[in-house]
Amino acid sequence: MATNAEASSAFVQQLRHGLQIEQLRRALQDIHAGWQHRELWGTLGLHEVRQRYRRSTLGPFWITLSMGIMVFALGILYGQIFGQVLDEYMPFLAAGFVIWGLISAIIQGGCQSFITAEGIIRQLNAPLSIYAFREVWTALIAFGHNLLVFIVVALWYGITPTLYSLWVIPATLLVVVNGFWMVLFLGLLSARFRDVPLIIASVVQVLFFLTPVIWQPTMLPDRAILLELNPFYHLVEIMRGPLLGLSPSWSNWFPVIIMAVLGWGITLIFYSAYRWRIAYWV
Amino acid sequence: MASISLEHVTVSFPVYASASRSIKNRLIQSATGGQIHPGGGSQKITVVDALRDINLHLRSGDRIGLVGHNGAGKTTLLRVLANIYEPNAGRVAVEGKTVPLFDIHLGMDPESTGYENIVLRGLYLGLTRKQISDHVDEIADFTELGDFLNLPIRTYSAGMQMRLAFAISTAVPPDILLIDEGIGAGDAAFLQKASERLKQFTQQVSIIVLSSHSEILIRQMCNKALLMEHGRVIGSGPIEEVFEQYHILLNPHLK
Repeated sequence: MATNAEASSAFVQQLRHGLQIEQLRRALQDIHAGWQHRELWGTLGLHEVRQRYRRSTLGPFWITLSMGIMVFALGILYGQIFGQVLDEYMPFLAAGFVIWGLISAIIQGGCQSFITAEGIIRQLNAPLSIYAFREVWTALIAFGHNLLVFIVVALWYGITPTLYSLWVIPATLLVVVNGFWMVLFLGLLSARFRDVPLIIASVVQVLFFLTPVIWQPTMLPDRAILLELNPFYHLVEIMRGPLLGLSPSWSNWFPVIIMAVLGWGITLIFYSAYRWRIAYWV
Repeated sequence: MASISLEHVTVSFPVYASASRSIKNRLIQSATGGQIHPGGGSQKITVVDALRDINLHLRSGDRIGLVGHNGAGKTTLLRVLANIYEPNAGRVAVEGKTVPLFDIHLGMDPESTGYENIVLRGLYLGLTRKQISDHVDEIADFTELGDFLNLPIRTYSAGMQMRLAFAISTAVPPDILLIDEGIGAGDAAFLQKASERLKQFTQQVSIIVLSSHSEILIRQMCNKALLMEHGRVIGSGPIEEVFEQYHILLNPHLK
Protein backbone atom coordinates (compact mmCIF):
# COMPACT_ATOMS: atom_id res chain seq x y z
CA MET A 1 0.00 0.00 0.00
CA ALA A 2 1.15 3.45 -0.83
CA THR A 3 -0.58 6.68 -0.02
CA ASN A 4 -0.73 9.20 -2.76
CA ALA A 5 -1.08 12.63 -1.22
CA GLU A 6 -0.97 14.50 -4.54
CA ALA A 7 -4.26 13.37 -6.00
CA SER A 8 -4.07 15.67 -8.98
CA SER A 9 -0.71 14.32 -10.02
CA ALA A 10 -2.22 10.82 -10.17
CA PHE A 11 -4.87 12.28 -12.40
CA VAL A 12 -2.31 13.89 -14.67
CA GLN A 13 -0.38 10.65 -14.72
CA GLN A 14 -3.46 8.78 -15.90
CA LEU A 15 -4.08 11.42 -18.54
CA ARG A 16 -0.54 11.04 -19.84
CA HIS A 17 -0.94 7.29 -19.96
CA GLY A 18 -4.21 7.71 -21.80
CA LEU A 19 -3.24 10.39 -24.28
CA GLN A 20 -1.29 8.21 -26.62
CA ILE A 21 -2.21 7.34 -30.18
CA GLU A 22 -2.38 3.71 -29.08
CA GLN A 23 -5.15 4.59 -26.60
CA LEU A 24 -7.08 6.49 -29.26
CA ARG A 25 -6.89 3.42 -31.48
CA ARG A 26 -8.19 1.28 -28.63
CA ALA A 27 -11.01 3.71 -27.90
CA LEU A 28 -12.13 3.61 -31.53
CA GLN A 29 -11.74 -0.16 -31.51
CA ASP A 30 -13.92 -0.28 -28.39
CA ILE A 31 -16.70 1.67 -30.11
CA HIS A 32 -16.39 -0.44 -33.25
CA ALA A 33 -16.49 -3.70 -31.27
CA GLY A 34 -19.47 -2.34 -29.32
CA TRP A 35 -21.36 -1.97 -32.57
CA GLN A 36 -20.48 -5.57 -33.45
CA HIS A 37 -22.03 -6.67 -30.16
CA ARG A 38 -25.38 -5.17 -31.21
CA GLU A 39 -27.21 -8.47 -30.66
CA LEU A 40 -26.24 -8.25 -27.00
CA TRP A 41 -27.11 -4.62 -26.28
CA GLY A 42 -30.13 -4.77 -28.54
CA THR A 43 -31.53 -7.61 -26.45
CA LEU A 44 -30.51 -5.95 -23.18
CA GLY A 45 -32.29 -2.74 -24.15
CA LEU A 46 -35.48 -4.56 -25.08
CA HIS A 47 -35.34 -6.54 -21.86
CA GLU A 48 -34.85 -3.39 -19.83
CA VAL A 49 -37.91 -1.72 -21.32
CA ARG A 50 -40.03 -4.86 -21.03
CA GLN A 51 -38.78 -5.42 -17.50
CA ARG A 52 -40.02 -2.04 -16.37
CA TYR A 53 -43.55 -2.73 -17.55
CA ARG A 54 -43.68 -6.45 -17.03
CA ARG A 55 -46.98 -7.83 -15.70
CA SER A 56 -48.73 -4.51 -16.35
CA THR A 57 -51.69 -4.59 -18.69
CA LEU A 58 -50.53 -1.95 -21.13
CA GLY A 59 -46.86 -2.88 -20.98
CA PRO A 60 -44.54 -0.34 -22.60
CA PHE A 61 -47.57 1.57 -23.86
CA TRP A 62 -47.69 3.14 -20.44
CA ILE A 63 -44.89 5.30 -21.84
CA THR A 64 -47.25 6.40 -24.60
CA LEU A 65 -50.20 6.93 -22.29
CA SER A 66 -48.37 9.03 -19.72
CA MET A 67 -46.86 11.17 -22.47
CA GLY A 68 -50.32 11.53 -24.02
CA ILE A 69 -51.88 12.71 -20.77
CA MET A 70 -49.04 15.17 -20.20
CA VAL A 71 -49.30 16.66 -23.69
CA PHE A 72 -53.08 16.89 -23.47
CA ALA A 73 -53.14 18.57 -20.04
CA LEU A 74 -50.28 21.00 -20.70
CA GLY A 75 -51.62 21.73 -24.18
CA ILE A 76 -54.97 22.86 -22.81
CA LEU A 77 -53.39 24.83 -19.97
CA TYR A 78 -50.60 26.62 -21.83
CA GLY A 79 -52.75 27.06 -24.90
CA GLN A 80 -54.98 29.17 -22.63
CA ILE A 81 -52.16 30.97 -20.86
CA PHE A 82 -50.38 31.94 -24.07
CA GLY A 83 -53.66 32.50 -25.89
CA GLN A 84 -52.73 30.09 -28.67
CA VAL A 85 -54.87 28.48 -31.32
CA LEU A 86 -54.94 24.82 -30.33
CA ASP A 87 -54.86 23.66 -33.96
CA GLU A 88 -51.34 24.99 -34.18
CA TYR A 89 -50.18 24.81 -30.61
CA MET A 90 -51.09 21.18 -29.84
CA PRO A 91 -49.01 19.59 -32.64
CA PHE A 92 -46.13 21.96 -31.81
CA LEU A 93 -46.26 20.97 -28.14
CA ALA A 94 -46.64 17.24 -28.86
CA ALA A 95 -43.66 17.24 -31.23
CA GLY A 96 -41.55 19.27 -28.80
CA PHE A 97 -42.37 17.05 -25.84
CA VAL A 98 -41.67 13.83 -27.69
CA ILE A 99 -38.31 15.12 -28.97
CA TRP A 100 -37.37 16.55 -25.59
CA GLY A 101 -38.23 13.18 -24.08
CA LEU A 102 -35.65 11.56 -26.33
CA ILE A 103 -32.94 14.12 -25.61
CA SER A 104 -33.42 14.16 -21.85
CA ALA A 105 -33.62 10.34 -21.71
CA ILE A 106 -30.31 10.12 -23.54
CA ILE A 107 -28.63 12.69 -21.30
CA GLN A 108 -29.97 11.43 -17.98
CA GLY A 109 -29.65 7.76 -18.91
CA GLY A 110 -26.17 8.51 -20.23
CA CYS A 111 -25.00 9.59 -16.79
CA GLN A 112 -26.00 6.18 -15.45
CA SER A 113 -24.72 4.13 -18.39
CA PHE A 114 -21.59 2.79 -16.70
CA ILE A 115 -22.75 3.14 -13.09
CA THR A 116 -25.76 0.84 -13.46
CA ALA A 117 -23.64 -1.68 -15.35
CA GLU A 118 -20.95 -1.89 -12.66
CA GLY A 119 -21.69 -5.51 -11.77
CA ILE A 120 -21.47 -6.59 -15.39
CA ILE A 121 -18.45 -4.47 -16.27
CA ARG A 122 -16.32 -6.26 -13.68
CA GLN A 123 -17.40 -9.70 -14.89
CA LEU A 124 -17.80 -9.46 -18.62
CA ASN A 125 -15.07 -9.01 -21.21
CA ALA A 126 -17.20 -6.93 -23.56
CA PRO A 127 -16.29 -3.51 -24.97
CA LEU A 128 -17.46 -0.72 -22.66
CA SER A 129 -19.27 1.10 -25.44
CA ILE A 130 -22.02 -1.55 -25.38
CA TYR A 131 -23.41 0.15 -22.26
CA ALA A 132 -23.56 3.45 -24.15
CA PHE A 133 -25.21 1.79 -27.14
CA ARG A 134 -27.74 0.17 -24.82
CA GLU A 135 -28.61 3.52 -23.24
CA VAL A 136 -29.16 5.23 -26.60
CA TRP A 137 -31.15 2.24 -27.78
CA THR A 138 -33.54 2.21 -24.78
CA ALA A 139 -34.06 5.96 -25.24
CA LEU A 140 -34.94 5.31 -28.89
CA ILE A 141 -37.40 2.54 -27.96
CA ALA A 142 -39.19 4.92 -25.59
CA PHE A 143 -39.08 7.60 -28.31
CA GLY A 144 -40.77 5.17 -30.70
CA HIS A 145 -43.60 4.69 -28.22
CA ASN A 146 -43.93 8.41 -27.61
CA LEU A 147 -44.00 9.18 -31.29
CA LEU A 148 -47.47 7.59 -31.36
CA VAL A 149 -48.70 10.51 -29.27
CA PHE A 150 -47.49 12.97 -31.87
CA ILE A 151 -49.00 10.93 -34.70
CA VAL A 152 -52.41 10.88 -33.00
CA VAL A 153 -52.26 14.63 -32.31
CA ALA A 154 -51.10 15.34 -35.86
CA LEU A 155 -53.93 13.28 -37.34
CA TRP A 156 -56.47 14.91 -35.04
CA TYR A 157 -55.44 18.45 -35.93
CA GLY A 158 -54.95 17.60 -39.58
CA ILE A 159 -51.21 18.13 -39.96
CA THR A 160 -50.46 16.78 -43.40
CA PRO A 161 -47.04 15.24 -43.99
CA THR A 162 -45.04 16.95 -46.73
CA LEU A 163 -41.89 15.91 -48.55
CA TYR A 164 -40.00 17.87 -45.90
CA SER A 165 -41.24 15.37 -43.33
CA LEU A 166 -38.69 12.88 -44.63
CA TRP A 167 -36.02 15.14 -43.14
CA VAL A 168 -37.00 13.74 -39.77
CA ILE A 169 -34.92 10.65 -40.55
CA PRO A 170 -31.53 12.35 -41.03
CA ALA A 171 -32.45 14.75 -38.21
CA THR A 172 -33.06 11.87 -35.78
CA LEU A 173 -29.80 10.27 -36.89
CA LEU A 174 -27.92 13.48 -36.21
CA VAL A 175 -29.54 13.83 -32.79
CA VAL A 176 -28.53 10.23 -32.02
CA VAL A 177 -24.96 10.91 -33.19
CA ASN A 178 -24.90 13.83 -30.77
CA GLY A 179 -26.63 11.79 -28.09
CA PHE A 180 -24.03 9.06 -28.36
CA TRP A 181 -21.12 11.31 -27.52
CA MET A 182 -23.10 12.77 -24.64
CA VAL A 183 -23.72 9.28 -23.24
CA LEU A 184 -20.04 8.33 -23.48
CA PHE A 185 -18.83 11.63 -22.07
CA LEU A 186 -21.35 11.95 -19.23
CA GLY A 187 -21.17 8.24 -18.44
CA LEU A 188 -17.41 8.46 -18.08
CA LEU A 189 -17.56 11.60 -15.96
CA SER A 190 -20.33 10.20 -13.76
CA ALA A 191 -18.48 6.95 -13.15
CA ARG A 192 -15.67 8.98 -11.60
CA PHE A 193 -17.62 11.81 -9.97
CA ARG A 194 -20.84 10.54 -8.54
CA ASP A 195 -22.51 13.92 -8.21
CA VAL A 196 -22.43 14.57 -11.95
CA PRO A 197 -25.78 12.76 -12.50
CA LEU A 198 -27.37 14.98 -9.85
CA ILE A 199 -25.96 18.15 -11.38
CA ILE A 200 -27.03 17.08 -14.86
CA ALA A 201 -30.55 16.26 -13.67
CA SER A 202 -31.09 19.83 -12.49
CA VAL A 203 -29.39 21.30 -15.55
CA VAL A 204 -31.72 19.31 -17.82
CA GLN A 205 -34.69 20.62 -15.88
CA VAL A 206 -33.59 24.23 -16.34
CA LEU A 207 -32.84 23.60 -20.01
CA PHE A 208 -36.36 22.30 -20.49
CA PHE A 209 -37.72 25.73 -19.60
CA LEU A 210 -35.02 27.64 -21.51
CA THR A 211 -35.66 25.64 -24.66
CA PRO A 212 -38.78 26.37 -26.68
CA VAL A 213 -40.78 23.22 -25.98
CA ILE A 214 -43.86 24.64 -24.30
CA TRP A 215 -43.31 28.17 -25.63
CA GLN A 216 -42.81 29.07 -29.27
CA PRO A 217 -39.65 30.77 -30.53
CA THR A 218 -41.83 33.49 -32.08
CA MET A 219 -43.07 34.46 -28.60
CA LEU A 220 -39.58 35.67 -27.77
CA PRO A 221 -39.10 39.26 -28.94
CA ASP A 222 -36.30 39.84 -31.47
CA ARG A 223 -35.23 36.18 -31.58
CA ALA A 224 -33.16 36.70 -28.48
CA ILE A 225 -29.58 35.60 -28.25
CA LEU A 226 -30.68 33.27 -25.46
CA LEU A 227 -32.38 31.21 -28.13
CA GLU A 228 -29.67 31.14 -30.77
CA LEU A 229 -26.95 30.26 -28.28
CA ASN A 230 -28.94 27.38 -26.83
CA PRO A 231 -27.74 24.26 -28.66
CA PHE A 232 -30.76 22.34 -27.40
CA TYR A 233 -33.06 24.68 -29.30
CA HIS A 234 -31.34 23.64 -32.54
CA LEU A 235 -31.34 19.97 -31.55
CA VAL A 236 -35.10 20.07 -30.94
CA GLU A 237 -35.80 22.23 -33.98
CA ILE A 238 -34.11 20.05 -36.61
CA MET A 239 -36.49 17.23 -35.65
CA ARG A 240 -39.58 19.30 -34.89
CA GLY A 241 -39.52 21.24 -38.18
CA PRO A 242 -39.94 18.19 -40.41
CA LEU A 243 -42.46 16.59 -38.02
CA LEU A 244 -44.64 19.70 -38.49
CA GLY A 245 -44.02 19.58 -42.24
CA LEU A 246 -41.74 22.64 -42.36
CA SER A 247 -38.66 23.01 -44.53
CA PRO A 248 -35.32 22.35 -42.83
CA SER A 249 -33.39 25.45 -41.86
CA TRP A 250 -29.64 25.67 -42.29
CA SER A 251 -29.49 27.97 -39.27
CA ASN A 252 -30.57 25.03 -37.10
CA TRP A 253 -28.68 22.26 -38.88
CA PHE A 254 -25.36 24.06 -38.90
CA PRO A 255 -25.05 24.46 -35.09
CA VAL A 256 -26.06 20.83 -34.57
CA ILE A 257 -23.41 19.60 -37.00
CA ILE A 258 -20.81 21.79 -35.28
CA MET A 259 -21.97 20.39 -31.95
CA ALA A 260 -21.52 16.81 -33.19
CA VAL A 261 -18.00 17.50 -34.46
CA LEU A 262 -16.86 19.38 -31.35
CA GLY A 263 -18.62 16.97 -29.00
CA TRP A 264 -17.07 13.91 -30.60
CA GLY A 265 -13.64 15.55 -30.62
CA ILE A 266 -13.76 16.26 -26.90
CA THR A 267 -15.36 12.93 -26.08
CA LEU A 268 -12.75 10.97 -28.01
CA ILE A 269 -9.97 12.73 -26.11
CA PHE A 270 -11.58 11.88 -22.78
CA TYR A 271 -12.65 8.40 -23.81
CA SER A 272 -9.15 7.59 -25.04
CA ALA A 273 -7.60 8.95 -21.89
CA TYR A 274 -9.89 7.48 -19.28
CA ARG A 275 -11.78 4.54 -20.85
CA TRP A 276 -9.31 2.08 -19.35
CA ARG A 277 -10.01 3.46 -15.85
CA ILE A 278 -13.78 2.93 -15.96
CA ALA A 279 -13.56 -0.69 -14.82
CA TYR A 280 -11.59 0.52 -11.78
CA TRP A 281 -13.97 3.37 -11.00
CA VAL A 282 -17.32 1.58 -11.02
CA MET B 1 -3.76 -21.24 -31.50
CA ALA B 2 -4.56 -19.67 -28.19
CA SER B 3 -1.86 -17.98 -26.19
CA ILE B 4 -1.52 -15.55 -23.33
CA SER B 5 1.47 -13.39 -22.67
CA LEU B 6 1.92 -10.87 -19.88
CA GLU B 7 5.04 -8.76 -19.57
CA HIS B 8 5.79 -6.65 -16.50
CA VAL B 9 2.10 -6.18 -15.80
CA THR B 10 1.30 -3.87 -12.90
CA VAL B 11 -2.17 -2.98 -11.70
CA SER B 12 -2.90 -0.49 -8.96
CA PHE B 13 -6.27 0.56 -7.69
CA PRO B 14 -7.20 3.96 -6.47
CA VAL B 15 -9.51 3.51 -3.51
CA TYR B 16 -11.75 6.54 -3.58
CA ALA B 17 -13.30 7.72 -0.40
CA SER B 18 -16.63 9.36 -1.09
CA ALA B 19 -14.92 12.71 -0.48
CA SER B 20 -12.63 12.40 -3.47
CA ARG B 21 -15.55 11.42 -5.71
CA SER B 22 -17.16 14.78 -5.12
CA ILE B 23 -16.52 17.63 -7.51
CA LYS B 24 -16.81 20.20 -4.75
CA ASN B 25 -13.81 18.79 -2.96
CA ARG B 26 -11.82 18.60 -6.14
CA LEU B 27 -12.57 22.20 -7.01
CA ILE B 28 -11.63 23.42 -3.57
CA GLN B 29 -8.52 21.33 -3.79
CA SER B 30 -7.40 22.78 -7.11
CA ALA B 31 -8.23 26.30 -5.93
CA THR B 32 -5.93 25.93 -2.99
CA GLY B 33 -3.23 24.54 -5.19
CA GLY B 34 -3.11 21.37 -3.17
CA GLN B 35 -1.14 23.17 -0.47
CA ILE B 36 -3.62 23.04 2.32
CA HIS B 37 -4.12 19.61 3.78
CA PRO B 38 -6.68 19.76 6.51
CA GLY B 39 -6.65 16.91 8.97
CA GLY B 40 -8.57 13.73 8.38
CA GLY B 41 -6.81 12.78 5.21
CA SER B 42 -9.95 13.26 3.15
CA GLN B 43 -7.91 14.42 0.17
CA LYS B 44 -5.70 11.40 0.10
CA ILE B 45 -6.32 8.69 -2.38
CA THR B 46 -5.07 5.36 -1.21
CA VAL B 47 -3.51 3.34 -3.95
CA VAL B 48 -3.44 -0.42 -3.62
CA ASP B 49 -0.99 -2.32 -5.77
CA ALA B 50 -3.00 -5.37 -6.74
CA LEU B 51 -0.51 -6.82 -9.20
CA ARG B 52 3.19 -6.07 -9.43
CA ASP B 53 5.44 -6.94 -12.32
CA ILE B 54 3.67 -10.09 -13.48
CA ASN B 55 5.29 -12.08 -16.28
CA LEU B 56 3.35 -14.98 -17.68
CA HIS B 57 3.40 -16.96 -20.89
CA LEU B 58 0.74 -19.59 -21.50
CA ARG B 59 0.29 -21.84 -24.53
CA SER B 60 -2.38 -24.23 -25.74
CA GLY B 61 -2.75 -27.17 -23.39
CA ASP B 62 -1.89 -25.19 -20.29
CA ARG B 63 -4.25 -25.66 -17.37
CA ILE B 64 -3.16 -23.28 -14.68
CA GLY B 65 -4.34 -23.30 -11.09
CA LEU B 66 -3.95 -20.03 -9.22
CA VAL B 67 -3.36 -20.41 -5.51
CA GLY B 68 -2.78 -17.88 -2.79
CA HIS B 69 -4.37 -16.05 0.14
CA ASN B 70 -7.47 -13.97 -0.15
CA GLY B 71 -6.35 -10.67 -1.61
CA ALA B 72 -3.21 -12.10 -3.17
CA GLY B 73 -4.33 -10.81 -6.57
CA LYS B 74 -5.86 -13.94 -8.11
CA THR B 75 -9.13 -12.36 -9.16
CA THR B 76 -7.39 -9.22 -10.39
CA LEU B 77 -5.10 -11.36 -12.52
CA LEU B 78 -8.10 -13.16 -14.00
CA ARG B 79 -9.68 -9.81 -14.82
CA VAL B 80 -6.51 -8.65 -16.52
CA LEU B 81 -6.49 -11.87 -18.57
CA ALA B 82 -10.13 -11.21 -19.48
CA ASN B 83 -9.19 -7.70 -20.62
CA ILE B 84 -11.57 -6.19 -18.09
CA TYR B 85 -8.76 -4.37 -16.30
CA GLU B 86 -6.19 -2.70 -18.45
CA PRO B 87 -2.91 -2.61 -16.53
CA ASN B 88 -1.23 0.64 -15.46
CA ALA B 89 2.02 -0.60 -16.88
CA GLY B 90 3.20 -3.58 -18.86
CA ARG B 91 1.93 -5.41 -21.89
CA VAL B 92 -0.91 -7.91 -22.24
CA ALA B 93 -1.36 -10.00 -25.37
CA VAL B 94 -4.17 -12.56 -25.48
CA GLU B 95 -4.85 -14.61 -28.59
CA GLY B 96 -8.10 -16.52 -28.82
CA LYS B 97 -11.71 -16.13 -27.78
CA THR B 98 -11.79 -15.71 -24.03
CA VAL B 99 -14.73 -16.42 -21.75
CA PRO B 100 -14.61 -15.43 -18.08
CA LEU B 101 -16.82 -17.76 -16.04
CA PHE B 102 -16.74 -15.80 -12.81
CA ASP B 103 -20.43 -16.08 -12.11
CA ILE B 104 -22.31 -18.53 -14.29
CA HIS B 105 -25.56 -16.73 -13.45
CA LEU B 106 -24.36 -13.45 -14.92
CA GLY B 107 -26.97 -11.99 -17.23
CA MET B 108 -29.79 -14.33 -16.20
CA ASP B 109 -33.04 -12.45 -15.78
CA PRO B 110 -35.48 -13.89 -13.19
CA GLU B 111 -38.54 -12.49 -14.98
CA SER B 112 -37.70 -14.11 -18.31
CA THR B 113 -38.44 -17.71 -19.29
CA GLY B 114 -35.86 -20.48 -19.39
CA TYR B 115 -35.63 -20.25 -23.18
CA GLU B 116 -35.24 -16.46 -23.12
CA ASN B 117 -32.49 -16.88 -20.56
CA ILE B 118 -30.68 -19.35 -22.80
CA VAL B 119 -30.51 -16.60 -25.44
CA LEU B 120 -29.59 -13.89 -22.94
CA ARG B 121 -26.90 -15.85 -21.15
CA GLY B 122 -25.59 -17.08 -24.50
CA LEU B 123 -25.19 -13.51 -25.74
CA TYR B 124 -23.30 -12.68 -22.55
CA LEU B 125 -20.97 -15.57 -23.31
CA GLY B 126 -20.19 -13.94 -26.64
CA LEU B 127 -22.23 -16.34 -28.78
CA THR B 128 -24.28 -15.21 -31.74
CA ARG B 129 -28.01 -15.84 -31.95
CA LYS B 130 -27.28 -18.39 -34.68
CA GLN B 131 -24.91 -20.33 -32.44
CA ILE B 132 -27.42 -20.22 -29.62
CA SER B 133 -30.32 -21.53 -31.69
CA ASP B 134 -28.06 -24.34 -32.91
CA HIS B 135 -27.48 -25.42 -29.31
CA VAL B 136 -30.80 -24.67 -27.71
CA ASP B 137 -32.20 -28.22 -28.02
CA GLU B 138 -29.06 -29.78 -26.67
CA ILE B 139 -29.06 -27.36 -23.73
CA ALA B 140 -32.75 -27.97 -23.01
CA ASP B 141 -32.18 -31.74 -23.06
CA PHE B 142 -29.27 -31.54 -20.71
CA THR B 143 -31.11 -29.46 -18.10
CA GLU B 144 -33.99 -32.02 -17.95
CA LEU B 145 -36.24 -29.09 -17.14
CA GLY B 146 -38.79 -29.89 -19.87
CA ASP B 147 -41.80 -27.59 -19.84
CA PHE B 148 -40.34 -25.51 -17.03
CA LEU B 149 -38.25 -23.81 -19.69
CA ASN B 150 -41.38 -21.95 -20.76
CA LEU B 151 -41.80 -20.44 -17.29
CA PRO B 152 -40.00 -17.42 -15.84
CA ILE B 153 -36.94 -18.66 -14.00
CA ARG B 154 -37.98 -16.89 -10.80
CA THR B 155 -40.33 -19.88 -10.39
CA TYR B 156 -37.34 -22.26 -10.41
CA SER B 157 -35.62 -23.66 -7.37
CA ALA B 158 -32.00 -22.61 -6.85
CA GLY B 159 -30.89 -26.03 -8.09
CA MET B 160 -32.92 -25.73 -11.28
CA GLN B 161 -31.50 -22.28 -11.99
CA MET B 162 -28.05 -23.67 -11.42
CA ARG B 163 -28.68 -26.49 -13.91
CA LEU B 164 -29.79 -24.03 -16.55
CA ALA B 165 -26.90 -21.65 -16.00
CA PHE B 166 -24.44 -24.52 -16.03
CA ALA B 167 -25.86 -26.05 -19.20
CA ILE B 168 -25.69 -22.79 -21.15
CA SER B 169 -22.27 -21.82 -19.86
CA THR B 170 -20.75 -25.15 -20.89
CA ALA B 171 -22.48 -25.44 -24.28
CA VAL B 172 -19.84 -23.89 -26.54
CA PRO B 173 -16.18 -24.20 -25.54
CA PRO B 174 -14.10 -21.02 -26.01
CA ASP B 175 -10.33 -20.97 -26.67
CA ILE B 176 -9.49 -19.61 -23.25
CA LEU B 177 -11.54 -20.19 -20.12
CA LEU B 178 -11.07 -18.16 -16.94
CA ILE B 179 -12.73 -19.59 -13.85
CA ASP B 180 -12.98 -18.05 -10.40
CA GLU B 181 -13.69 -20.51 -7.57
CA GLY B 182 -14.88 -23.37 -9.74
CA ILE B 183 -18.24 -24.03 -11.36
CA GLY B 184 -20.98 -25.27 -9.08
CA ALA B 185 -23.49 -27.69 -10.55
CA GLY B 186 -26.40 -28.28 -8.17
CA ASP B 187 -27.73 -31.44 -6.59
CA ALA B 188 -25.96 -34.78 -6.23
CA ALA B 189 -27.90 -36.65 -8.91
CA PHE B 190 -27.04 -33.95 -11.41
CA LEU B 191 -23.45 -33.74 -10.26
CA GLN B 192 -22.37 -36.97 -11.96
CA LYS B 193 -23.85 -35.89 -15.27
CA ALA B 194 -22.42 -32.40 -14.84
CA SER B 195 -18.89 -33.54 -14.18
CA GLU B 196 -18.98 -35.64 -17.37
CA ARG B 197 -20.05 -32.59 -19.33
CA LEU B 198 -17.55 -30.34 -17.61
CA LYS B 199 -14.80 -32.77 -18.49
CA GLN B 200 -15.78 -32.89 -22.15
CA PHE B 201 -16.17 -29.12 -22.20
CA THR B 202 -12.83 -28.35 -20.62
CA GLN B 203 -11.02 -30.84 -22.83
CA GLN B 204 -11.95 -28.75 -25.86
CA VAL B 205 -10.66 -25.54 -24.31
CA SER B 206 -7.08 -24.61 -25.20
CA ILE B 207 -6.11 -22.74 -22.07
CA ILE B 208 -7.75 -22.78 -18.66
CA VAL B 209 -6.87 -20.52 -15.78
CA LEU B 210 -8.64 -21.52 -12.59
CA SER B 211 -8.46 -19.68 -9.33
CA SER B 212 -9.56 -21.74 -6.37
CA HIS B 213 -9.01 -22.50 -2.72
CA SER B 214 -9.93 -26.12 -3.36
CA GLU B 215 -6.78 -28.17 -3.79
CA ILE B 216 -8.85 -31.13 -4.97
CA LEU B 217 -10.35 -29.10 -7.78
CA ILE B 218 -6.96 -27.79 -8.89
CA ARG B 219 -5.45 -31.28 -8.84
CA GLN B 220 -8.38 -32.50 -10.93
CA MET B 221 -8.40 -29.82 -13.57
CA CYS B 222 -4.92 -28.36 -13.82
CA ASN B 223 -1.47 -29.44 -14.89
CA LYS B 224 0.46 -26.46 -13.51
CA ALA B 225 0.04 -24.03 -10.66
CA LEU B 226 0.97 -20.46 -9.83
CA LEU B 227 1.37 -19.23 -6.28
CA MET B 228 0.53 -15.60 -5.69
CA GLU B 229 1.33 -13.41 -2.73
CA HIS B 230 0.88 -9.62 -2.36
CA GLY B 231 0.26 -9.20 -6.07
CA ARG B 232 3.34 -11.09 -7.19
CA VAL B 233 3.83 -14.54 -8.60
CA ILE B 234 6.17 -16.18 -6.09
CA GLY B 235 6.13 -19.70 -7.38
CA SER B 236 5.14 -21.67 -10.44
CA GLY B 237 5.54 -25.16 -11.79
CA PRO B 238 4.15 -28.63 -11.12
CA ILE B 239 1.12 -28.64 -8.86
CA GLU B 240 2.58 -30.60 -5.96
CA GLU B 241 5.67 -28.40 -5.73
CA VAL B 242 3.59 -25.25 -5.68
CA PHE B 243 1.23 -26.62 -3.04
CA GLU B 244 4.22 -27.53 -0.90
CA GLN B 245 5.50 -23.97 -1.19
CA TYR B 246 2.01 -22.68 -0.39
CA HIS B 247 1.74 -24.81 2.75
CA ILE B 248 5.06 -23.53 3.98
CA LEU B 249 3.82 -20.00 3.33
CA LEU B 250 0.66 -20.68 5.34
CA ASN B 251 2.48 -22.34 8.25
CA PRO B 252 6.05 -21.04 8.35
CA HIS B 253 6.87 -23.16 11.44
CA LEU B 254 6.47 -26.37 9.37
CA LYS B 255 9.72 -25.62 7.61
